[in-house]
Amino acid sequence: MWRQQKYDVIVVGGGPAGSTAAQYVALNGARVVLLEKDRDIGVPVRCGEAVSDEGLRIFVEPDPRWIKSTITRIQLVSPSGHEIEFDMKAKGYILDRRIFDYDLAQYAAQEGATIVTKAYVSGLLFDGDYVKGVKGQYFGEDFEISSKIVIGADGVESRVGRWAGLRTQLKMKDMESAIQKTVTGIDVDEHRFDFYLSRKRAPGGYVWIFPKGPHSANIGLGISGKYSKGKSAMRYLDEFLQEKFPNASVVSTFAGGVPCDKTLKKIVANGLMLAGDAAHMVNPMTGGGIIPGMRGGMLAGQTAADAIKKGNVSEKFLSQYEKKWHKIGGKNHERFYSIRNTIDKLTDEDLDGIAESVAKIPEEERTITKVFLKAVYKKPKLLYDVMKVFAGL
Amino acid sequence: MIEIKPNKCDFCGCCVGICPVDCIELREAEIEIIHDICIDCRLCEYICPIEVFEHVETAEV
Ligand SMILES: Cc1cc2nc3c(=O)[nH]c(=O)nc-3n(C[C@H](O)[C@H](O)[C@H](O)COP(=O)(O)OP(=O)(O)OC[C@H]3O[C@@H](n4cnc5c(N)ncnc54)[C@H](O)[C@@H]3O)c2cc1C
Ligand code: SF4
Ligand code: SF4
Repeated sequence: MWRQQKYDVIVVGGGPAGSTAAQYVALNGARVVLLEKDRDIGVPVRCGEAVSDEGLRIFVEPDPRWIKSTITRIQLVSPSGHEIEFDMKAKGYILDRRIFDYDLAQYAAQEGATIVTKAYVSGLLFDGDYVKGVKGQYFGEDFEISSKIVIGADGVESRVGRWAGLRTQLKMKDMESAIQKTVTGIDVDEHRFDFYLSRKRAPGGYVWIFPKGPHSANIGLGISGKYSKGKSAMRYLDEFLQEKFPNASVVSTFAGGVPCDKTLKKIVANGLMLAGDAAHMVNPMTGGGIIPGMRGGMLAGQTAADAIKKGNVSEKFLSQYEKKWHKIGGKNHERFYSIRNTIDKLTDEDLDGIAESVAKIPEEERTITKVFLKAVYKKPKLLYDVMKVFAGL
Repeated sequence: MIEIKPNKCDFCGCCVGICPVDCIELREAEIEIIHDICIDCRLCEYICPIEVFEHVETAEV
């Protein structure tokens, strides 16, 4: 029984960040238990489920069982309805995260990690200024379990960092208030991502249509907390669906929050690490957090196992992880954040103007870079940020 | 005072990520505000994607 075992590392949360962290801790020889509050790993899905093939391949060979659609094209729709379509350089997928997340947990278990569901973590245990474990309830019954390191991979609702004194709460402007419906009985291009950029439809965010086959899609939107007072994400989405797909049947609905912030500067403390949404690792321009979460989980897991081997779980030692993350993702992450803020300044007229000039580029010559280049005529600072991102990739 | 409308919450955690004083307790299918700590800032109400919170004026004592 897991409550009687001794563990070096406790991972809180069984999303992509938590499962990948547990996998890499176990792979590197330390004893690890992952605690998930919900009944199932992978359910409920709170995600558009879009990933790039390239991103997935850093970790695993894409498994056909996860893939609902393969995407090769993008369409951007401007506020007044100009449609700009272009080919993607690399392909993407719409996953079924119920299967995907479950498999990630299974990879961790195969390496020797213990996975526990229905285990809610309600606080940390301390020994002096070191985190020494967690307390919580398993099927409603209290438990305490000690460890040398706790990895908080507890998502957008993360509290693990706060309990250790890290300032992890998000500012309103950096939180996307989001909602998605999976709808069916519609016709969509099953190989294309559709994005609607418009202040009217989704201020400080965008509407997405991610196909799941030819007749179903994840349709959702996020709006920045800067604009969410007075009109909720739900109302924006209902308006959109009413206009575009009035006869669609809704087979799933969920609310969600996407942290579109720079990664927190401080993501470690004595005996504690944060990964994934909990550490604000989501790409703040796209809202994509699956691959960044897995990357954070992998780096956290490796450093945690190393710390256990060396017998040093101090903040100083664990800060190697922080440095690695900021080195790999850091600068681009900050640029994406800056691009997000610049795009936020574009008015609907600006966006329409950009769409009109991009429409003049022949379709076979259109690339995302060219779209941005058109955009920069409107906002020169965007040029600087975009060039840096592409130069840094 | 901020209150939770019954049977409406989807347990997504968006409000928990925003609350400046960490006074929202969220479990698999339970949500609760710890009113002793709440500073009545209403940010949870403004961020909730599906309008779960309600601000009620408390009578002056
Ligand atoms: C509407 C929406 C659309 C999105 N679309 C995309 C997309 O298309 N592509 C993409 O890449 N990303 C997308 N994202 C972002 C992506 O879903 C997240 O970034 C990703 O799931 C983060 O992984 P994680 O492991 O950090 O956290 P999560 O997947 O959120 O996992 C955290 C886990 O921790 C558990 N937990 C929390 N607190 C506790 C506790 N106290 N005790 C025990 N367990 C706990 C939770 O139950 C949860 O299972 C979207 C997000 C939203 C909200
Ligand atoms: S943001 Fe709204 S739906 Fe999400 S957990 Fe909070 S109250 Fe529930
Ligand atoms: S009103 Fe403010 S302090 Fe109270 S629960 Fe909501 S966000 Fe937290």
